[in-house]
Amino acid sequence: MSFALALSGISKSYGNVAVLHDVSLQVRPGTVHALLGENGAGKTTLMRVAFGLVAGDAGDVEIEGVRVSEHTPAHAIARGLGMVHQHFSLVAAMTVTENVALGNHGGFTAATVAEQIRTVGERTGLTLDPHARVRDLPVSAQQRCEIVKALARDARVLILDEPTAVLAPDEAQALLRWVREFAAQHPSHAVVLITHKLRDALAVADDVTVLRRGTRVASGLASTFTEVSLADAMLGPTERTPAIEAEVMPRVRPHTDSVGAHHVVLQADAVTVHDNRGVARVHSASFNVRAGEIVGLAAVEGSGQTELLRAVAGLREVASGRLHRPPDVGFVPEDRHGDALLLDASLTENYALRDAGSRRGRVPWREIAARTAAVLARRDVRANGPHINARTLSGGNQQKFVLARALEDTPPALVIENPTRGLDFRATAAVHDALHDARDAGIAILFYSSDLDEVLTLADRVLVLHNGVLRQVPREREGVGRAMLGLT
Amino acid sequence: MNASARRLTAPLLRLAVLVAVTLVVLVALLVASGFDASTALQAMARGAFGSWYAITSATLVRAVPLALTGLAVAIAFRAGLLNIGAEGQLLAGAAAATATASLFGATPSALLLPLVLLAGVASGACWAGIASWLRQRFGVLEVISTIMLNFVALYVVGWLVRGPLQEPSKFYPQSMPLAKTLQLPALLEGTRLHVGALFAVTLAGAAWWWLRETAGGFRLRAVGMNPSAAATSGRIDVARVSMYAFLASGALAGLAGAVEVTGVTYALYDHSPGYGYTAIAVALLARLNPIGVLGTAVLFGALQAGGNAMQRDAGVPVALVNMVEAVLILLVIAGDRWRGSAR
Repeated sequence: MSFALALSGISKSYGNVAVLHDVSLQVRPGTVHALLGENGAGKTTLMRVAFGLVAGDAGDVEIEGVRVSEHTPAHAIARGLGMVHQHFSLVAAMTVTENVALGNHGGFTAATVAEQIRTVGERTGLTLDPHARVRDLPVSAQQRCEIVKALARDARVLILDEPTAVLAPDEAQALLRWVREFAAQHPSHAVVLITHKLRDALAVADDVTVLRRGTRVASGLASTFTEVSLADAMLGPTERTPAIEAEVMPRVRPHTDSVGAHHVVLQADAVTVHDNRGVARVHSASFNVRAGEIVGLAAVEGSGQTELLRAVAGLREVASGRLHRPPDVGFVPEDRHGDALLLDASLTENYALRDAGSRRGRVPWREIAARTAAVLARRDVRANGPHINARTLSGGNQQKFVLARALEDTPPALVIENPTRGLDFRATAAVHDALHDARDAGIAILFYSSDLDEVLTLADRVLVLHNGVLRQVPREREGVGRAMLGLT
Repeated sequence: MNASARRLTAPLLRLAVLVAVTLVVLVALLVASGFDASTALQAMARGAFGSWYAITSATLVRAVPLALTGLAVAIAFRAGLLNIGAEGQLLAGAAAATATASLFGATPSALLLPLVLLAGVASGACWAGIASWLRQRFGVLEVISTIMLNFVALYVVGWLVRGPLQEPSKFYPQSMPLAKTLQLPALLEGTRLHVGALFAVTLAGAAWWWLRETAGGFRLRAVGMNPSAAATSGRIDVARVSMYAFLASGALAGLAGAVEVTGVTYALYDHSPGYGYTAIAVALLARLNPIGVLGTAVLFGALQAGGNAMQRDAGVPVALVNMVEAVLILLVIAGDRWRGSAR
């Protein structure tokens, strides 16, 4: 029997950093293969090698038993491989048909491609309106479009990179069901599912491979693993502290209703918020956040959460309604590199950024450098001193630094978007600890996360935003998941 | 201690490397085009450094407008604004200074010279203000608007010296020469070096200090590094900072124009040595550091002074020097890239 996809002895280094070291992976035809690991473990790089996007330094790629040399994505597609990246590569202004036709050689007629999309839809159940513009589609349909794009080129082996990360729970369940059906549909089909969610992996996969820091640390039939054994493999057996365990195997905490006695810090009454183009994205939302509680906002992408949180943070005008907020609300944006940091400036300068808008006269750099050094030490930010550039910090340390900056001087309220996006388990646990400490210090915290597990584990109270309509929902997985899709 | 010593020596080392590279490229170009390199270089050295007069009256006189416009470009680039319009802003400054002088020239007063200079500053700022307004109001890329405005400024000057500001005999396309009272005093007796050099040195020092030490300077740098983070995490009014930076940049270039008219040419002409364009190279080679701009301005002043002498005495076309300037810019940009990717 030849494997649908077989990688053997793959190594890859960038500079003197080894990203992959002698990794092998065999995908049996007709199966779903979960590729597990923390962020930065090398999962995506390995699959980019398989797809020909990245050239490995050593090792072989075999597709359906045939060894490939001079590997490129074009070859991979010609051999029946399809890859859906975590960040979609669709042209938003084009229709589904045009996106599917994109990358084919020679001419095409829209009708033929549309027909093809319908055929693929009938065959696989991934239905799409061929004439819809991608930017008008919800995220789940955009993902279908990516998969259809691959299937329209006769992909038999699909590589899906963190496909459930952007989906609501029901959508994620539906996708995983589809993955199973696709793999079972034909003996030549197979799916590689890149994920860091143990639950997804165990629920859907036949085989599992676990990477840790670029090496394969475990591999075998999914039925021989448990969540605990997978977590041990991902993290290394000695690293599993209770805080990290909570991140790997999220459980909804028993509800401790200690709040209520504290005063309201943030209060919105029928608040409507527009986006940059003047379109109302949040309709008449009412809620409050009290001192000493964490309120989590769950929503699928593009439901208006960005606009709502930025209004609360004071970065966006409220179109109508009344928003009571203290003047100094700390804000941690989700895009660290884009919105939070001056990457080529020192940490001292980045720290000074928080007061930059209102400061007058000279900047007391010495004093700020000393305060920055103190913050680095107190918040356990691993950096070689306050004078080094923000760029040189790891993502986790950057986030700890940005959070620490927002929490200095203990603001009455904190707004935070996707607190742990792209962080590994250790950094995630550290950020969550910091947020719990801030909550216990009496700060009112409002956060949004695209990861429902994070909302459920971190929040004391859950709000759900669907299509700009806000409601409060009991903190319970199914109910929140349905509310995110607008079901009651 | 060590770090601050390195901070002082690094720019000097850099300047030395630039000079060395300039010489190598120059010799290569001379040999490749069949000139006698040693004769040409001697002529060049004589023209740039050969005498006290050459240093002060040829090299440094050219370095003054290059330094002021170089500062203008550096300030704008540090704010993330690609102001390619220092040339137009310089011309606007020169024209306004000349117009003010001719308007009030009959009433000599101690205040008139400062007023003439201020008119240049204001005019340069207004000329940059057009591009700034177009950017904020309509999203017009400043690279394009400032380049276009350079041509507009040149043609406006051409019209002025053939129309309202033309000299009384109406024969030459130039303005009436400035009265003695409106000429900048010489800095060193017996040379053409005027007090404009003091302006350049003082303003470079002030800009360096301001960018480094003040809240406003930090805001400008933050906006230049990452406008989105400046707005989101620093609550900085990015549009406002950009506007002020643009105006300041134009003001410096306008001052260069006014200083050139009152210190060197004493009249407005409809042609220009293109200091505002060379200024981009001056600023980039100095890595947008105001103090460094003084060094690179002198380097380019020497290149231009020496280039003229080389053409005069050795018959080497001055275009060769322009090629050297271009090669220098490419080398510096490539070098920065290379260092950046090695990080």
